[in-house]
Amino acid sequence: MKTSIKKSRPSHKSQLTEAIGFLFLRLSVSLVLIIILYFFYDLGRKGYQAINWPFLTQAPRHGMTEGGIFPAIVGTFLITMITALLAIPLGLGAAIYLNEYARPGRLTRLIRLSIRNLAGVPSIVYGLFGVILFVNFFKFGTSILSAGLTLGLLTLPWTITASEEALKAIPDSYREGALALGATRWQMIRTNVLPYAIPGILTGAILGLSRAAGETAPIMFTGAAFYLPYLPHSLRDQFMALPYHLYIMATQHQAIDKARPIAYGTALVLIALVVILNLTAIIIRGKLRRKWRH
Amino acid sequence: MASIKKKGPLQNLKENIIQHIFQLSGFLAVIILLSILALLLSTAVPAFKEINLKEFFTSTRWDPTSPEKPEYGVLSLLVSTLFVTAGALILAFPVGLAVAAYLSEVASPKIREILKPVIELLAAIPSVVIGFIGLNLVGPAIARIFKLSNGLNALNGSLLLAIMALPTIISLSEDALSAVPFSYVEASLSLGANRFETLIWVKIPAAISGIVASFMLGMGRAIGETMTVLMATGNARAFPHGFLQSVRTITADIAIELGEVPYYTTHYYALFALGLMLFIMTFLVNLVADIILEKQKRMLS
Repeated sequence: MKTSIKKSRPSHKSQLTEAIGFLFLRLSVSLVLIIILYFFYDLGRKGYQAINWPFLTQAPRHGMTEGGIFPAIVGTFLITMITALLAIPLGLGAAIYLNEYARPGRLTRLIRLSIRNLAGVPSIVYGLFGVILFVNFFKFGTSILSAGLTLGLLTLPWTITASEEALKAIPDSYREGALALGATRWQMIRTNVLPYAIPGILTGAILGLSRAAGETAPIMFTGAAFYLPYLPHSLRDQFMALPYHLYIMATQHQAIDKARPIAYGTALVLIALVVILNLTAIIIRGKLRRKWRH
Repeated sequence: MASIKKKGPLQNLKENIIQHIFQLSGFLAVIILLSILALLLSTAVPAFKEINLKEFFTSTRWDPTSPEKPEYGVLSLLVSTLFVTAGALILAFPVGLAVAAYLSEVASPKIREILKPVIELLAAIPSVVIGFIGLNLVGPAIARIFKLSNGLNALNGSLLLAIMALPTIISLSEDALSAVPFSYVEASLSLGANRFETLIWVKIPAAISGIVASFMLGMGRAIGETMTVLMATGNARAFPHGFLQSVRTITADIAIELGEVPYYTTHYYALFALGLMLFIMTFLVNLVADIILEKQKRMLS
């Protein structure tokens, strides 16, 4: 190597520290990736053996040592619907207020602070809140309705944030176009903002719902049942749910060795559900980002 | 598309009503937060008709179902919670910061585009599944390594909570590192520092408030996490002395006892007092993180 070039470059020692430093960063990333991949590998391998068509379409049998998880799938679907009905409209409403109406000030700051803090409230505290408010005060009892509403409140801060981001992504020129033609604010929102924001709003909603579907602590005391021999008939019935079923099969079952394969199967179904929802949302979001960049 | 009519008084009234509806739904977040606090408070307070407040905070014995003398000392549960959380943060913080630094300094845009969704996916794994992994994968490994009869202890809980806190720490720390003005980096490089030295001595100090905030939010998540610790820490009601000992956190205790407690008894109210404590702790942690982040935003804008 020529001396003139060597002088203008960092010393060998400096290059070495950079290489070692970056190596440490790469090792950390590898560690995290290995952990994630191993988790998925272990769940995939052991869960796969348990899953077949009857497992997905039948009720548990023989004290939950045989049979499937169909009632738990139905239950999770039902409470997630309630969650969506509560969290999506209210989240969108709040987001429209914050992005389209609110002026910066103390009230807006207070609202934003509350949203961020709601997102940090532990899920079991939502469970306690659901017990007082929905189960006891509104007398919905331990039911699909109570659990779904509890999860709806838990999901609300996420749907607000996601909806607001979707609204923010709409260029201001769309709004100015409507206002310049003499539209009122609501006309502007309805015709020139919402139609374009809907895909983004749905993406955020899917992400929020996928988290709600995996929650256990908020539904444990608001309606999830250990085992039900029948499917729920109304919103006031108790229900089985995938995450709670997994908890029961993993920790509360007497014949733990017979229950373990079923638990693995349940875990894989739950993970598959969440991952599919998330990947869908991530892909849609990537497409949207490219669209609004142009 | 709806035709745009002339604005009349009726139109104005409609606009006003619509605006108020949206305002109300915006204000809902404040109402919910306040009603969580109010309902927890009003349900927790009756507990202290029978429980001595001093005993509640200073006794290490929590045994509400004892037939002779029920005891309500929260100290063991509280220290266990903090213990498991501290362990999680010690494990998660260096790794999380390193991954964040990798994403902002080393990774090519293409690698970043693959890695970020993978880390988001980690955040999406339900906590009950993480707990299940702790029970069936991490626990047996710990038992083998330390030659214990089972691996359900504080270490297991800390390891799992560390994994769960990682996405929060990574994404917020990366935001903070990426927000450091490029001129700082240029100045450092032109003085002869290499890129790693620039990262350690310039970028991380400049981004420190965001990094601290990410740490705080990770802490909030770890304190409030229920299913993972419930399934992985063994739930023994004892004062924690070491990481290889089984512990029971506040969240796990609520989850275990709320299912069996008769409504409107002292025990029931006491569980809501635990919930209130949890709410206040996470609220304070999140509030501090929030203040730090707001300050940073104002400084950079």
